[in-house]
Amino acid sequence: MTTLTTAKTATQNACKLCNPLGACLAFRGIEQCVPFLHGSQGCATYIRRYLISHYKEPIDIASSNFNEETAVFGGSHNLKIGLQNVTKQYKPDVIGIATTCLSETIGDDVPLILKEYEAAFGSGSPMPIMIFASTPSYHGSHVDGFNAAVRSTVRTLAEEGPKKHLVNLFPGMISPADIRYLKEILVAFGMPYVLLPDYSQTLDGGPWGEYHRIPPGGTTKSAIASTGSAEASIEFGSTLEASKSAAGYLEERFGVPRQQMALPIGIKESDKFFAMLERLTEKPLPETYQDERRRLVDAYADGHKYIFGRKTIIYGEEDLVISMAAFLNEIGVVPVLCASGGKSGLMKKRLRELIPNLDEQGIKVREGVDFVDIEHEADELKPDFLIGNSKGFTMSKKSKLPLIRIGFPIHDRFGGQRLHHIGYRGTQELFDRIVNTVIEQRQNSSPIGYTYM
Amino acid sequence: MDTENISLLEGREKQVYEKKNGTAEVDIACDTTSLSGSVSQRACVFCGSRVVLYPVADAIHIVHGPIGCAAYTWDIRGAVSSGPELHRLSFSTDLKEMDVIYGGEKKLYHSLIELIDQYQPKAAFIYATCIVGLIGDDIDAVCRKVQLEKGIPVMPVHSEGFKGTKKDGYKAACNALMKLVGTGSTEGISTCSINILGEFNLAGEAWIIRKYYEKMGIEVVATMTGDGRIDAIKRSHGAALNVVQCSGSMTTLAKEMEEKYGIPYIRVSYFGFEDMSKSLYDVAALFPDRPEIMERAKEIVRDEIRLYYPEMQKFKTALTGRKAAIYVGGAFKTFSLIKALRTIGMSVVLAGSQTGNKDDYRRLKEMCDEGTVIVDDSNPVELSKFVLEKGADLLIGGVKERPIAFKLGVGFCDHNHERKIPLAGFVGMYNFAKEVYESVMSPVWQFAPRKGGLS
Repeated sequence: MTTLTTAKTATQNACKLCNPLGACLAFRGIEQCVPFLHGSQGCATYIRRYLISHYKEPIDIASSNFNEETAVFGGSHNLKIGLQNVTKQYKPDVIGIATTCLSETIGDDVPLILKEYEAAFGSGSPMPIMIFASTPSYHGSHVDGFNAAVRSTVRTLAEEGPKKHLVNLFPGMISPADIRYLKEILVAFGMPYVLLPDYSQTLDGGPWGEYHRIPPGGTTKSAIASTGSAEASIEFGSTLEASKSAAGYLEERFGVPRQQMALPIGIKESDKFFAMLERLTEKPLPETYQDERRRLVDAYADGHKYIFGRKTIIYGEEDLVISMAAFLNEIGVVPVLCASGGKSGLMKKRLRELIPNLDEQGIKVREGVDFVDIEHEADELKPDFLIGNSKGFTMSKKSKLPLIRIGFPIHDRFGGQRLHHIGYRGTQELFDRIVNTVIEQRQNSSPIGYTYM
Repeated sequence: MDTENISLLEGREKQVYEKKNGTAEVDIACDTTSLSGSVSQRACVFCGSRVVLYPVADAIHIVHGPIGCAAYTWDIRGAVSSGPELHRLSFSTDLKEMDVIYGGEKKLYHSLIELIDQYQPKAAFIYATCIVGLIGDDIDAVCRKVQLEKGIPVMPVHSEGFKGTKKDGYKAACNALMKLVGTGSTEGISTCSINILGEFNLAGEAWIIRKYYEKMGIEVVATMTGDGRIDAIKRSHGAALNVVQCSGSMTTLAKEMEEKYGIPYIRVSYFGFEDMSKSLYDVAALFPDRPEIMERAKEIVRDEIRLYYPEMQKFKTALTGRKAAIYVGGAFKTFSLIKALRTIGMSVVLAGSQTGNKDDYRRLKEMCDEGTVIVDDSNPVELSKFVLEKGADLLIGGVKERPIAFKLGVGFCDHNHERKIPLAGFVGMYNFAKEVYESVMSPVWQFAPRKGGLS
């Protein structure tokens, strides 16, 4: 640990969340699955609250609800009772179990407990499938929890089989709107696919005439089983290593080639994604998306003068920051600081791959930072606006800088779950919002009151 | 509706009660830890401590543990301050694997020293999280050391998440406050003085309440903890009376202050005209040698009700006959809400709380109408079942209950810590009625499946 020797020991206004949150989010994208946290009641409740405030949907997360005896004698008993109760009340097909700092520290052997549980209660009525992800909160961030849950899901459910005309898509932490867009693209290409996790409906669904214990939607068990026989896996996430990823597992175990890509934000990265689909399907880009691309190129031309040379600070999950920086670089906005609370150690390397003149442009890259660090940087770097999640508002207000809200969480605006970020469509939406932020700022700061900008 | 086959979990039956003629008079089981695997709406010990102490604005609040606990409680409450805003910052020791193995005391010590130097707070609260209880960090010793070095109170809050329920967190918070009480000078404090306890200044509510009492001629020594200041807390033992709202969280402190300093306390509620008026009269009655205080209390009540009465009639006309479900943190709030809802013509079909005790539930049973369901430590499945079965038009709760209401096409009123509109005081009752009116009467529900819309 180097923290003790640094000037700033404590984390102030964290720019990350804890590991189990990511796992709960990913488990929400499996059909008929209840996320289950093995730890204190508070973990489940806080995470529910945090997710609900963004997605505006009921999000039930069960907890094994540790008490003092559990902490001393182990969580086995509580976990088993909890699983029984969840099974009874929710009748799930799948229970996604994630650990917390508490159960990890006391050293509960969850896979063993699950084996005992299955042996004791397995006969008779069918039992939900148990997926287990190790997500100690003292390690990594919510992104690690998300990836761990997705990997555990395929590890538990994927089966070997004769190769099929099928592609797996592991998009990482994107919005429900982004997920819907990806599905639409795959359908347009006529490509059979499995997208995991798919919380596009479970976390952004319609009204209910009756109460659903578990919201409809999500990737089905059988679909996940078939990921083992796919032609290829496409996995978004610049810093996601094969050893920690679902596609990595499928490649190693079943020989399904892993195609790792940056989140497709901006024209260049989106082109790469669509080119990949053209290769896999041996079909040309559908007209709809050619049109989207044309409109986007046209919009770049129409808007370029408003934004050229503007400086911004972009923060959030590393993979999102990297792809956003690549996009900003192609429209002439300089991301003077690319910051993340995550700490993969890969951020700068990946950024250089997408922005070869990163250092010449003086773009700073900082991992493992909090909002107070970013605030200090902002004082020096004097950006024109900030791009990131809602948690940057404190800083934005203090520094009087506009904040363009993207990603997760968006707690202080409406409709965060419906924002697009990826592909030509997402890029168009982001581009419009960035241009409008600059225009609005110019209009508001002018005493003349221009009605044309 | 698919509610018939929603069954209660084994072990939950005793925490649910339906008031019917001829039902055996049994006490609701409560004060228990939540059932494993049941999706409780409760939080943990840490949460209890954090909500009570959070509004103390000139202290720093450091969460000792991995990042989650601090991240999820960063600036989440609408507790406002008239001055410093240190409480709105989130500080964490952000413990990592190596800290878990080798202990986090050093990291806590350095964090504290650096943060105190940087922010110059009047005091520091150190919250122990689950993991600290396991790795055996001696946070008391670290706090003592830093207190000596820095010359400000540094208080450990023993709020390890798994060591009890939210209520134990309240106690831990009160213990920390009790360390401050009695350490300041009481010079110049009037004999007609009170402390306002259990009022967190959400959306400025403590200011509203404070103004009423001050208008009556009563000095408010400290508000705990809304718009809280360390110096005020230190001298709060000089007050003649403790006025306790949100009885669940702060009664411990009031009792201890009674024991140690002989300060009596009363329980009040500031929600609804009825309880708001009573909380002014009850305080005035305790200063019998100053009849003008009671006179002024009456004046305030008269003026305020006169101000809001006409508008309230409009709401009442529209809302009469509508049904409400209440599920909030403390049971005491439930009592006031039932009365407040009656004021605007609404009946209560479901009433429950996360942390009520036996006496609370007995009183609830007395207050409720026939057919009302009463629940302790409920969960989303149960709440939805009863909301649908009873045909509620409104649910009153917090963030976690809100999407349940909206999914089912039911109006919602946020009565939790995140609210941005004051619901306490006379003006608060008006705001409450207005919010209920706006949600229940909204035309959007015509598209909800339960009102005949497509699902």
